[in-house]
Amino acid sequence: MIGLEHYLTLAAMLFVLSIAGIVINRRNLILLLMCIELMLLAVNYNFIAFSRYLGDETGQVFVFFILTVAAAEAAIGLAILVVLFRNRRSIAVQELNTLKG
Amino acid sequence: MYNYYLTIVLAPLAAAIIAGLAGQKIGRAASHWVTILGVGTACLLSFIVLKNMFWGGATAENISVYTWAVTDGLHMEVGFLVDRLTALMMCVVTFVSLMVHIYTIGYMHEDPGYQRFFSYISLFTFAMLMLVMSNNFLQLFFGWEAVGLVSYLLIGFWYKKETAIFANLKAFLVNRVGDFGFILGIAGVVTLTGSLDYAEVFAGADNIAAQNIEVFGGTPWNAMTVICILLFIGAMGKSAQAPLHVWLPDSMEGPTPISALIHAATMVTAGIFMVARMSPLFELSTTALGFVIVIGSITAFFMGLLGIIQNDIKRVVAYSTLSQLGYMTVALGASAYSAAIFHLMTHAFFKALLFLAAGSVIIAMHHEQDIRKMGGIRKYMPITYWTALFGSLALIGFPGFSGFFSKDLLIEAVKESHWHGQGAIYWIAYLSVLLGVFVTALYSFRMFFLVFHGEERMDAETKSHLHETPAVVTVPLILLAIPSVIIGWFTVGPVLFKDYFGDAIYVSASKAGTGLGAHDWHGSWALVQHAVMTPVFWLAASGVFVAWFLYLKRPDIPETIKGKLPGIYNLLERKYYFDDLWIKGFAGGGRAIGQFLWKKGDELIIDGVLVNGTARTVGRLAGLVRQIQTGYLYTYAFAMIIGLTALLGWLIWLR
Repeated sequence: MIGLEHYLTLAAMLFVLSIAGIVINRRNLILLLMCIELMLLAVNYNFIAFSRYLGDETGQVFVFFILTVAAAEAAIGLAILVVLFRNRRSIAVQELNTLKG
Repeated sequence: MYNYYLTIVLAPLAAAIIAGLAGQKIGRAASHWVTILGVGTACLLSFIVLKNMFWGGATAENISVYTWAVTDGLHMEVGFLVDRLTALMMCVVTFVSLMVHIYTIGYMHEDPGYQRFFSYISLFTFAMLMLVMSNNFLQLFFGWEAVGLVSYLLIGFWYKKETAIFANLKAFLVNRVGDFGFILGIAGVVTLTGSLDYAEVFAGADNIAAQNIEVFGGTPWNAMTVICILLFIGAMGKSAQAPLHVWLPDSMEGPTPISALIHAATMVTAGIFMVARMSPLFELSTTALGFVIVIGSITAFFMGLLGIIQNDIKRVVAYSTLSQLGYMTVALGASAYSAAIFHLMTHAFFKALLFLAAGSVIIAMHHEQDIRKMGGIRKYMPITYWTALFGSLALIGFPGFSGFFSKDLLIEAVKESHWHGQGAIYWIAYLSVLLGVFVTALYSFRMFFLVFHGEERMDAETKSHLHETPAVVTVPLILLAIPSVIIGWFTVGPVLFKDYFGDAIYVSASKAGTGLGAHDWHGSWALVQHAVMTPVFWLAASGVFVAWFLYLKRPDIPETIKGKLPGIYNLLERKYYFDDLWIKGFAGGGRAIGQFLWKKGDELIIDGVLVNGTARTVGRLAGLVRQIQTGYLYTYAFAMIIGLTALLGWLIWLR
């Protein structure tokens, strides 16, 4: 029987994977955006799991909102990425260190 | 008389301003005429004031001229206290100043700073008159500092001369040491009496003497003793008493006329005058008088010894001045104020004469001052010779000359004082002044013989030009020689025996039976006759004889003595190492402390550690922190996540 703990474990694994993706990835900014999406999906899993477990649909409504916001965010992120590529001719993460003092 | 006093003070000041500011416009002759006119007026009026005091029966006047400021009941005023003491000082100051003004025409006639010089000496006369005529401590201090300033300006008159600059700085700094004590003394007076006015302070003198001051915690000292010693420290600076005497010999770097006027006749006697003026205070503190008499004795004897080995003609006279100032101080310490002032007066005449005579020799020798290169000048310069002889005889106290009356009776007063039964102090003082007579005669006539007698040691070039100096030089010499010879005859009776000073000088009643007051007055001639029976006369005579024997008869003996006793000779040559003590010890020590504070305190600690150190530490810390800042987005994101995790962990498990 698959219980709440399994869902939560899967969500946590996805979340940690996405963190690892953000930290380890050095080459591609798109990968970074995808990792952020993955992080949101991991959170969505938690919402759905708790919604079913508690018998309350409000959590699933939240998931729709999050998916919508995530889509908008991805669109903006990609737009920024395109502008960045036009300016720097590269989207490699290790070259984006102008914040360094 | 009020207008007289104002004119006496302001005429020299006006002359100084005209000669100083407009000197270039009005020219050399006009400059010396205007200053001579100013000082001459002051001199004439001073003599009228003295005449009124002496024969006219005029009483002391205490006039307030102008109130400068009033704060918290403390009146700061300009005022004149003219009594018999002041009148005498005014005449001495203005007369010697007038002689020096005339003499300067001859001495300085080639100098480019001619007008400046006249302006300075006229300004000096003004300052000195302000000092002696003052009726309050503030004006006394003003005059005191003003004469010090003019002395500084005049020692450094030849301001391109390295040694003159050194000497004037030294004089200024050493005088600051004395003035520090002086102003503390005045502050003490103001604190305890709330007044600067002489009359009020003297009226409250008993009140001061009844109080104690804790200078160092836990040891109460009598307030009067503290104040008198502090005031006397001021006098030690100005009147060049050991150990603050070091500036006076060096001040000889200045032109000779000012050596005569300022550093022999008048300014250096300001300390003596001040103590005599403060006699109502000093009389109430036996301890302070003991201090005064010991300092005076040391100066009188040991500074005289230094005169014996000096070779610069002016320095010999300078050391003799120190020694004579010591005599006056001893008399002050013995409560014989009138004897001190009397010696001050005669000394002013004969010492100014000696200096001007030395200056006359220097002119003739083309500014050569080494007495080893002189000799036999007698036949070239007869007027200078005779006036210098009179001056020297007056200095050693030859019977009948003015110095005889003053010095003989000064020593008598010290002897008679018995110093209130204090054996040690009495013998130090008495022996110093007694043996000092021998030393005085020795160095005076050593110089006299080396300069005017013996073989002619100057080079042929100088010798061919050697002739008597012009009348502007010799006339002041003659005019000063007259009082040097005769003034003692008719002033000794009134001043020392007939209570000329009256209320101006106060001697406490317990001492009335001692000192000269105990003697009857038989006339000047009786004193001269009595002279041959005193040790003073024989000591002076033997001094002259020894000088004659050592420096004319057997000139090889001094050299032998020098070779035999290198230790003592060295001690005298180095002036008891006082110069080393002050220059290397105090000045050098001060500079070392300054250097240390500058290098270590300021540059290292304040600049290095505190100011730049703070900036450097912040910079270094920032450099360290900057290493963490990679600039990569993922690092910041990771840091945020770690932080979030840590926060959550803390919330869940540790709270």
